[in-house]
Amino acid sequence: MTSDRPLLNVQNVSHYYGDRAGCLDVSVDLWPGEIIGIVGESGSGKTTLLNCLSARLQPTAGRIFYDQRHRGLVDLYALSEAERRFLIRTDWGMVHQNPRDGLRLGVTAGANIGERLMAVGERHYGQIRDKALDWLGRVEIDTARIDDLPQTFSGGMQQRLQIARNLVTGPRLVFMDEPTGGLDVSVQARLLDLLRGLVTRLHLSVVLVTHDLAVVRLLAHRLMVMQRGRVVESGLTDQVLDDPQHRYTQLLVSSVLQA
Amino acid sequence: MMTQAIDVRGIAKNFRLHTQGDVEIGVFQELSLSVDFGSCVALHGPSGCGKSTLLRALYANYRVDRGTIGVRHDGGWVDMARAAPREILAVRQRSLGYVSQFLRVIPRVATLDIVAEPLRQRGVADDAAREQAAILLRRVNIPERLWELAPSTFSGGEQQRVNIARGFIADFPILLLDEPTAALDAENGAIVAEMILEAKAQDRAIVGIFHDAAIRAKVCDHLFELAPFKAAA
Repeated sequence: MTSDRPLLNVQNVSHYYGDRAGCLDVSVDLWPGEIIGIVGESGSGKTTLLNCLSARLQPTAGRIFYDQRHRGLVDLYALSEAERRFLIRTDWGMVHQNPRDGLRLGVTAGANIGERLMAVGERHYGQIRDKALDWLGRVEIDTARIDDLPQTFSGGMQQRLQIARNLVTGPRLVFMDEPTGGLDVSVQARLLDLLRGLVTRLHLSVVLVTHDLAVVRLLAHRLMVMQRGRVVESGLTDQVLDDPQHRYTQLLVSSVLQA
Repeated sequence: MMTQAIDVRGIAKNFRLHTQGDVEIGVFQELSLSVDFGSCVALHGPSGCGKSTLLRALYANYRVDRGTIGVRHDGGWVDMARAAPREILAVRQRSLGYVSQFLRVIPRVATLDIVAEPLRQRGVADDAAREQAAILLRRVNIPERLWELAPSTFSGGEQQRVNIARGFIADFPILLLDEPTAALDAENGAIVAEMILEAKAQDRAIVGIFHDAAIRAKVCDHLFELAPFKAAA
């Protein structure tokens, strides 16, 4: 975290669905290598904000700047559609809660990884396959499964494959929407540990949306707590969780069941 | 010559419990504290007087309502009460360590890696970090056969020693210790006392809570009484 300017600079972003505010007046900077967690109940606006930040939902108001590789600061929603698609393909990753939304189930595990490489211009079959094998190993999937369809994988394996597919192209910013959401607790712990290692080693920046406070405690440096579209509290993760100031954060933290 | 490591001025801490009828609990007020490098200060006072709260405030784990918390970092001062999150994280990565009373176990991660993590976060290579972790674990008497296991099933004393190894591995210039010997037998307590004395001799600063009077007498230069700063009820 030594860079002197943020990777993502979000200024007063709001998004309305008709009269109803999805997210309201959100401002935040995300620095290189930083993981920011967005927590709150269903309907609090986390996913709306995530969609705005990841260039998939145009804000009604506010601006978002991204420090693009080889180009510098760009206004996300001032880019042409082609420029935006190029940026998303080369600089970003998106890990969905449901692996089915992030994988192509009808093609092999190797092809799921290789496809992303081809999208950024890789053409050499041998190199693509080698990279796919390398990434299967890194996400702890038996490399002998490279020619199997993801349909035959367990939920945890599918999620790890989705992560490999996202990280193979070396993105600098990854958006994650409840990445451990549909998994058994034992599988969750393994995935979290894997994610922790990968993001530290690759110096990734991550925007992580979840309702699970244990997940953000393990992964996120910083936290934003959302309620009814607004960020009601933000700060260092351990500070927000251990010494919550806002009424809603106190309620959220005190409602967690102790295992 | 002594140089100042920590310079706390006029801090106050109150907890406002919104979910419990907005009760306000005052912990301390107008509290100032100075700690020099090469010395060890023990926070002192009856249970509930705010020792752990003060320690957590120094680490910016708790916020304070007023005052400044100066911590020496990279030759300058950072006010932990006001610094931006990434600044606080930089201080925690290089200048300020904290050994909590209980190890917060990360599921599935081997003991050796838990201890090595502070070094790895600073960019030390995996192998070198694990080698150093092995030295620390040996020092605090954790048998080698346990190193590759996650510590969730360890005894309280073993977990505390893992926590101490993790706290001491990175040679933080300033170290905060919350009852580092509470769960330890006399022999292991003496080892930890020795580690604290060595840190002092290396001109590092230590602030701690020590219930064991013998250990306190052995390692501490000053007692800091919290009672005078008790917030009015």
